[in-house]
Amino acid sequence: MHVLRRLLVTLLVAIVGGPSMSHAADKLKVVATTADLAAVARAVGGDDVDVTALARPTEDPHFVDAKPSFIRIVNQADVLIEGGASLEAGWLPPILDSARNSKISAGSPGRVVAAQGITLLEVPTQLDRSMGDVHPQGNPHFMLDPVAAKTVARSIVTAFCAVDHTRCAGYQDALSRFDTAIDGKLLAWQATLAPFKGTKVVTYHKDFDYFAERFGLEVIDTLEPKPGIPPSPTHLTELIPKMRAEHARLILIEPYRERSNPDFVAQNTGARVLVLPAMPDGKDAPDYIALVDSDVRQLAAALGEKPARP
Amino acid sequence: MERVRRRRPLVAALLVAAMVGEPMTSSGQTSQPDQLRQELEEMKEQLRRVEEQMKKQEAIIQKQQAVIDRLTAQKPAVAAPVGGAPPPPEQVQAAAAPPTAPAPAPQAPTPEKPREPWSPSQPITLLSGARGYMNISFDALMDFGWSTTSNVTAIETGDHDPLQRGFTLPNEEIFLDGAVDPYFKGVADLVFKLDENNNTDVELEEVYLTTTALPWNLQTKGGQFFSEFGRINQQHPHAWDFVDQPLVIGRMFGPEGLRNPGARLSWLVPTPFYSEIFLAVQNGQGETAYSFRNSGTEFFGRPPLDRTVRNPGDLLYTPRLVASFDLTDSQTLVAGVSGAFGPNDSGSSTRTQIYGGDLYWKWKPSWQAGGFPFLAFQTEALGRRFEAGPVGGTTPLPSQALYDWGIYSQLLYGFTQRWVAGVRADWVSNNASGLPPADRLAGRFRWSPNLTFFPTEFSKIRLQYNYDHGKTIPNGDDSSVWLQVEFLLGSHAAHKF
Repeated sequence: MHVLRRLLVTLLVAIVGGPSMSHAADKLKVVATTADLAAVARAVGGDDVDVTALARPTEDPHFVDAKPSFIRIVNQADVLIEGGASLEAGWLPPILDSARNSKISAGSPGRVVAAQGITLLEVPTQLDRSMGDVHPQGNPHFMLDPVAAKTVARSIVTAFCAVDHTRCAGYQDALSRFDTAIDGKLLAWQATLAPFKGTKVVTYHKDFDYFAERFGLEVIDTLEPKPGIPPSPTHLTELIPKMRAEHARLILIEPYRERSNPDFVAQNTGARVLVLPAMPDGKDAPDYIALVDSDVRQLAAALGEKPARP
Repeated sequence: MERVRRRRPLVAALLVAAMVGEPMTSSGQTSQPDQLRQELEEMKEQLRRVEEQMKKQEAIIQKQQAVIDRLTAQKPAVAAPVGGAPPPPEQVQAAAAPPTAPAPAPQAPTPEKPREPWSPSQPITLLSGARGYMNISFDALMDFGWSTTSNVTAIETGDHDPLQRGFTLPNEEIFLDGAVDPYFKGVADLVFKLDENNNTDVELEEVYLTTTALPWNLQTKGGQFFSEFGRINQQHPHAWDFVDQPLVIGRMFGPEGLRNPGARLSWLVPTPFYSEIFLAVQNGQGETAYSFRNSGTEFFGRPPLDRTVRNPGDLLYTPRLVASFDLTDSQTLVAGVSGAFGPNDSGSSTRTQIYGGDLYWKWKPSWQAGGFPFLAFQTEALGRRFEAGPVGGTTPLPSQALYDWGIYSQLLYGFTQRWVAGVRADWVSNNASGLPPADRLAGRFRWSPNLTFFPTEFSKIRLQYNYDHGKTIPNGDDSSVWLQVEFLLGSHAAHKF
């Protein structure tokens, strides 16, 4: 009986205390699907927001488990930031269905779809799954382009202002500072990579295309024969002579990719495998600018070395 | 900067034309050297003035360009729809070029401003998740295999399991879903299947709406739907990890699973972890309420009556409590308890109670690509108390409560991208308590290793071996091998955890 009573008391406290606890924090509860979006939200939200990223920075953002704990997090959110362009199509919808939070439902002021306002690359002219898992709205991996990040920051601030009028000026100031910081850094980044303009690279998945376009690299192919399809021997035997002929110098992969195929191609082409994080991890790259900074420096260092030819 | 530079040749060309034109007309009038020198001086002076003017203009152009760039950089999203296209990247970069340029003035708060529309350069796509009014998909499961016994239905318990040696198309479904309006979401699931005589059966498997805008973390569901009992009863065959349904599910819920017309209320409990309480009230009749008012099946030698609903107590009540904990960054546990309570057709006032407990644990490392690797353990145990009514006549049976239970446990290992190896153990108890042999339920055991290859998330190829053992199995035990192929067209509804 005692156990039952304690359970009932706990439940009652939870019910009554639930809403009041959310007031006590007095910070805007922001949920971002991925760590890069979370980092931009932190940059423009500062101490006025409490940002939670759902996907871990080290995992493939297409294939995140729709963990029940996410339901609770999204249920409490004042603002939800998603990448959009079907990036989270495989896991976000059931969370939203269960979270029953009208503040962040589609079209609400608290819902940010980062892809809105970005001119997406590789928008398919026809939808055909024999081409692989091509996203109908275009390539969703735009966050490594700092100019796109500025647009996303602006969308986020629009949402922050819409749900938190009183602190809007602060968000706007932070946005200006973020924009200025990016503008200043962009020049430095472009200068760092200017000597390598036109360098041909290969990526694992189509996740560095925006970054490459911004910094003048040319992505000639991917290790995946088609988006979402793992590298096949047939494709690699075509890719290796192509990379040799076109003098592709780097194979850019994200940290969570397997290494055997990239290493195999590297050995056979003389290209180098470079692991570039696409997400700020809170450690080596604590924020968005540090992430791009680190990626640019690693890229420049890798390209500055003499290319090894077999 | 590019634009300013491009204008220079034009100005220079005009100047050259002026210079060439001038001496020609003047040389035609006089040949005096003094006059020539004077004219030359005048021309030099003129050229100097023009150059000066040009420099001034260039400075003005530069200033204006900087202003334009700053403005476009400030509001690219607003500028895009007006200009018809977003600003080219070089302009945005140019905005950053003058290091002395003052930081853009903070924008006035504009919370009332409507959201910017999509850029017109983005094409409109149909039936692609967020762009259509309705998601539509078609999923086909095809089985091929062989078993020691020719009577496959003696070993398989489900309608969506392989039905015969050779080929079976047990579950071909059209799945429609979408937001009805700001208040409801609608789901329809129409199943087509071929029976042993190759006739097409059509099932209105699920048709329901859920509310999306109720207060206090509540949500209701109404229509015909799978009761939220345990884990596997809520899943469509497409999402199963094995070719067939677990034996205990077949024992308690029959070949079709527990689903009926009704309504369900759920409450997301405001605990720090995820927990949710469900309560479904359903009609509880027919083959899809197998252990309840099911007039088509005889239980424990009692010829079924055809009971109707006399009072609210004659409806089927299915409560469920589920909670989930993230044990570590890479391990998640989901635990639930469920019940199903309703009348059964073995007597005029007999009832059935089914209790269930379920546990799901999944490990997926922080570094995952394509959803692999992972390890997942799932188990469900169900127990049933069946009040059987009295039967008169030559072989009278008393009014009695009969108990049976069963369990399955499965382990799935996604060892490398696209490949999953699994093993399942199935067991159901016997129920012999004082019943004539023909009316007893015999205990059974099954052992099923399998291997699945997912070319993409839209197709799969699965090979499964079943070893069956039990008194009702022809010859006492049976071996069967099944190959299952699946394809999915259209939008792929995301799976629940």
